Amino acid sequence: MLHNCKDREELVRFLKGKAIDVRKKIIQLVVTAGGGHVGGGLSMTEILLVMYYHILNIDPKNPKKADRDRFILSKGHGGVGICPVLSEVGYFDDSMMCDFNQYLSPFGMHPDMNKVPGIDMSTGSLGHGLSIGVGLSIGARLQKQTWRSFVLLGDGECNEGSVWEAAMSAKHFGLGNLTAIVDRNKLMIDGPVSEIMEIEPFEDKWKAFGWQTKVIDGHDVNALLDVFENLPAIDSKVPLVVICNTVKGRGISFMENVTKWHYGGLDEATEKQALGDLEKMRNT
Amino acid sequence: MAGGLSYTIDDLNDLTQAQIYGKVLNELGRKRPEIVCLTADLAKSTKVGDFFAEFPERSFNFGIAEQNMMTAAAGMALTGLKPYVSTFGAFAAMRACEQVRTDLCYPKLNVKIVGTHAGLSMGNGGTTHHATEDLGILRTFANMTIVVPADGFETAKAIEASADYDGPMYIRVGRGFEPFVYESIDYDYKIGKAVRMREGKDLTIIACGVCVLAAIEAAEELEAEDGVSAGVINMHTIKPLDKEAILEAAGTKCIVTAEEHNILGGLGGAVAEVIAEAGLGIKFKRLGVPDVFSVIGYPEDLYAHYKIDMAGIYDGVRELLGMEKIERDDH
Ligand SMILES: Cc1ncc(C[n+]2csc(CCOP(=O)(O)OP(=O)(O)O)c2C)c(N)n1
Repeated sequence: MLHNCKDREELVRFLKGKAIDVRKKIIQLVVTAGGGHVGGGLSMTEILLVMYYHILNIDPKNPKKADRDRFILSKGHGGVGICPVLSEVGYFDDSMMCDFNQYLSPFGMHPDMNKVPGIDMSTGSLGHGLSIGVGLSIGARLQKQTWRSFVLLGDGECNEGSVWEAAMSAKHFGLGNLTAIVDRNKLMIDGPVSEIMEIEPFEDKWKAFGWQTKVIDGHDVNALLDVFENLPAIDSKVPLVVICNTVKGRGISFMENVTKWHYGGLDEATEKQALGDLEKMRNT
Repeated sequence: MAGGLSYTIDDLNDLTQAQIYGKVLNELGRKRPEIVCLTADLAKSTKVGDFFAEFPERSFNFGIAEQNMMTAAAGMALTGLKPYVSTFGAFAAMRACEQVRTDLCYPKLNVKIVGTHAGLSMGNGGTTHHATEDLGILRTFANMTIVVPADGFETAKAIEASADYDGPMYIRVGRGFEPFVYESIDYDYKIGKAVRMREGKDLTIIACGVCVLAAIEAAEELEAEDGVSAGVINMHTIKPLDKEAILEAAGTKCIVTAEEHNILGGLGGAVAEVIAEAGLGIKFKRLGVPDVFSVIGYPEDLYAHYKIDMAGIYDGVRELLGMEKIERDDH
């Protein structure tokens, strides 16, 4: 773990504060980048913070540490969402992102594992991550390793058949060392998931594929900690999916639950308003 | 799309050029009830939102599931419908690759694929969203027709022509920000027939897509700066290829190809095959992405980086002609 908090209460306070700091950085990054996948970047902040600060066995000073837990951002368009978290926990300095999205920058919309420290797999084409997780988990098992693999998926992404091929195989191969996390923000590009391509009954689908399921509020740090501090035993045969109910555009009044903010840019006025909205979150 | 702009994904719908494709599809839709439109969570991004609004009962959003969409289009075509499938070029040609080959091309079904944001036009979206392999892949599929319009007007022409063209077709378009080559849709367009854009006696540049305008500008520069007379051909159809136009161009004893694609397998490769097989042994150079996964940047940066913009084509021609290299600061 990458924090010094003494107890749960302190940890929750710490992570909640970080969630505001990181969201502010996301907003600023979208300005720097000239636009970005802001909505889905803001919906996964608490999930990422709990994972990177507290759950994952990682060393930002040694990003390729052999026995590290692996984290795959299957919703690879979350580049502006994850990079500020990686810098916050110390993989690189904020200043590295000053040319985000610009010519020759290592940082683009979709993170490249060969350019961004802390990224375990290059992603961006949806529906690949869970299969990567299957391969990683088999690799770990074969080599008697006890590190885990975590894969963060979008809910729209779960339209892809490949997600369900991966789900079927994870159970078949008994990969309890694999955990899927779904950022269930209920929106995709063209509209609500329920209108574009319904995935409900969602939890039942995972159950039918033989997975263990947990459904929580993905912005509730306590709930996230409860689930991830109590993962199945590493030799479990049953993979776990954590469905996190979230709000796309979380924290920004004019973005929350608004489809078109899947991708957008900000001018001075909207940036100011967004940062103001986030500051208000501090006292809640 | 520089920093400091306030826009969302919806605003990108308002680009006139990109709208042309959507507009033509709607016009066709009004005349032809058999036309249906399919997308995979990219209705707005690929500019078929208007078709979806006007013909909701003939529009199908498959969610983010390109393989299912592509083969479902084949199923619809089997019933006599004429599906237009709209998604990013990368996902059409690569995610649903076998579906295109086995379910559209093999049975020779009437499905038109409009692959948008193709080439490097997704710029900072990076490799997962670039399509610099699509022409090479799809060219090897028997029965496939591949067109690469040079601008919005030509996209309109291609869409219009596609409606009466039998069999599967891939129409490769950019993101919608590309400058115009033509001034209107008032010109002769025939699938499979190259368009001569400029006469020239010292060499011929054969280009497709965004490279057509760059090639014309480079030819003008060559004329003005170096007294070199360069012809330009707009090879808007990659398959079936206009071999006669290539052989005629070979009369200039020097050919340069320019494309927003890997230099392997695309326009350059196709032209090289024709020249080699005709035993011509002329001077020849392919401009394009040199078999690498691209760096990121805005599309214009990438065109310059891979030397398929005006300056890049100009330099490439000079190099092939054995002229002195010009030092450039940027890129
Ligand atoms: C295979 C593939 N098809 C289409 C896209 C284009 N795309 C990027 S993000 C997105 C919507 C994703 O929705 P969701 O998974 O719900 O993510 P979130 O709402 O969390 O951003 C789409 C269709 C893609 N990246 N990959």
